Amino acid sequence: MSTGSLTRQDVQKIAQLARLSITEQEMPLYVTSLSSIVNFVDELSRAQTGGVEPMAHPLDGQHQRLRPDVVTESDNHEKHQANAPAVQGGLYVVPRVID
Amino acid sequence: MLHTLSIGELGKSLKSGQTSSVELTRHFLGRIERLNPALNALITLTAEQALKAAAAADVRRAAGEEHPLLGIPLIHKDIFCTDGVRTSCGSRMLDNFIAPYDATIVTRLKEAGAVMLGKSNMDEFAMGSSNETSYYGPVKNPWDTTKVPGGSSGGSAAATAARLAPFATGTDTGGSIRQPAALTGVTGVKPTYGRVSRYGMVAFASSLDQAGVFAHSAADAAIVLRAMAGFDPRDSTSIDAPVPDYPAALEKPLTGLKIGLLREFFDGLEARNTALIHEALKIYRSLGAQTVEVSLPHLPLSVPTYYVVAPAECSSNLSRFDGVRFGYRCEKPKDLLDLYTRSRGEGFGAEVKRRIMTGTYVLSAGYFDAYYLKAQKVRRLITDDFRAAFAQVDLLIGPTTPTPAFAIGAKINDPVTMYLNDIYTIGANLAGLPGLSLPCGFVDELPMGLQLIGPHFSEAKLLNAAHKFQQATDWHRQSPRGYE
Repeated sequence: MSTGSLTRQDVQKIAQLARLSITEQEMPLYVTSLSSIVNFVDELSRAQTGGVEPMAHPLDGQHQRLRPDVVTESDNHEKHQANAPAVQGGLYVVPRVID
Repeated sequence: MLHTLSIGELGKSLKSGQTSSVELTRHFLGRIERLNPALNALITLTAEQALKAAAAADVRRAAGEEHPLLGIPLIHKDIFCTDGVRTSCGSRMLDNFIAPYDATIVTRLKEAGAVMLGKSNMDEFAMGSSNETSYYGPVKNPWDTTKVPGGSSGGSAAATAARLAPFATGTDTGGSIRQPAALTGVTGVKPTYGRVSRYGMVAFASSLDQAGVFAHSAADAAIVLRAMAGFDPRDSTSIDAPVPDYPAALEKPLTGLKIGLLREFFDGLEARNTALIHEALKIYRSLGAQTVEVSLPHLPLSVPTYYVVAPAECSSNLSRFDGVRFGYRCEKPKDLLDLYTRSRGEGFGAEVKRRIMTGTYVLSAGYFDAYYLKAQKVRRLITDDFRAAFAQVDLLIGPTTPTPAFAIGAKINDPVTMYLNDIYTIGANLAGLPGLSLPCGFVDELPMGLQLIGPHFSEAKLLNAAHKFQQATDWHRQSPRGYE
């Protein structure tokens, strides 16, 4: 992959990393629009950022809170699994992974 | 007419027994039934539960309970989990998802006695500025149904403007409360990052997402925000600080308030829009405030910064949608990889896929430093600009959007043009600051918004400044034709 515009191969690689199937008809749309987005955000390269600390969180001085390692929730697995596409015996069902 | 009353007036009416919550709820459900088909603002109606909740609120009031929201109807953006009610986030991916629990703000508003009428349409996973990316179709702007209502909380904004409820909830990651509030002529508040719990709010970009409110006035928004805000141990970035009495702070005189006019917000702004902002500044000066021009030199980089940071966080957050545990699953997957890729490919719409791929790209090996790390550095520069400005002024002021509502279909095929709609709102998200949009006039018979931005935790000051403006003007009392 190169910066600037993206090729069909670049987009295929990105889609594969993101676990997204992109159809042949959709492909030109993503090649064009992702290229224009990448060109647009390339504007950032002009900013002088020497010695600037990257900012990951909007409020300084916030720390992850700790709590005692105790069970606070009751067993709700049936309610949660009611949303699953396929469940059997309390387990999620997926296509066979190992033959 | 019940739908023209403020939350305060409705509370008095409920307290005196002039009306009941059941009557109020019926009134708004009737409006929704009659007016929503032309707007597509609500995608789920919970009429039966609403009437039950209203009856319960009436019982609580009869027993002597009082809360300013007891028995008041509302609409929740469909990004908030509601126990037993579909929570779709505007996506095919979650079209069949029944939330197994309530978001914290849903719980809090329920406990206060507010009555949920239904859930509002939105851009898919809150990614959009026009409400056109929803799986359920676009929302129409009640001021002109050929125009967008803005997004991503377009349904909540349109519903509030059409007076389908006294208030509605929303979320704002890059402007998704303030921009639609401006385009539909209502008051919208995006609180400080961490002020309102994110628990049970479907995540888009976790370092930017914040929940807030749409209402007909700053006074109404103050009542709602007070009930929504506050520490929540279930949100790891929730702020453990007391919630001020926002309604009590509304009447403070603005004498001596220093308001900074954001120079960068006027570059290229159309003359008629600029004129509206200058009219608003005149009103603020007549109320005793001083206005000075300030410059935030890195602010023009806020849109490209956002469109690296937000997609990066979204690509990570949306990896949970795998077709296994909940949400959409493709037909007849041939193996596990096929299940993942086709469930995601078919379950997500075009804009969501575009953002996931943008995020995947900027985080990928070889590009992380050039894009993601670089954007995080520029984010700090923008935040430092705001900090320097707030050393000189109490609040910043400018337009909420560059233009009034645009036509449905006008920008949807050009993502970068669409992204530039958020040019004035994104800065506050990057810096975690509270922002508010309030109506300040009309251009081409469409409402325009005035934006106020304050330092962290200055919601009381923002609401105070907005309330004083609304006492001196009547822009916030205008209703679109047919919805009076």
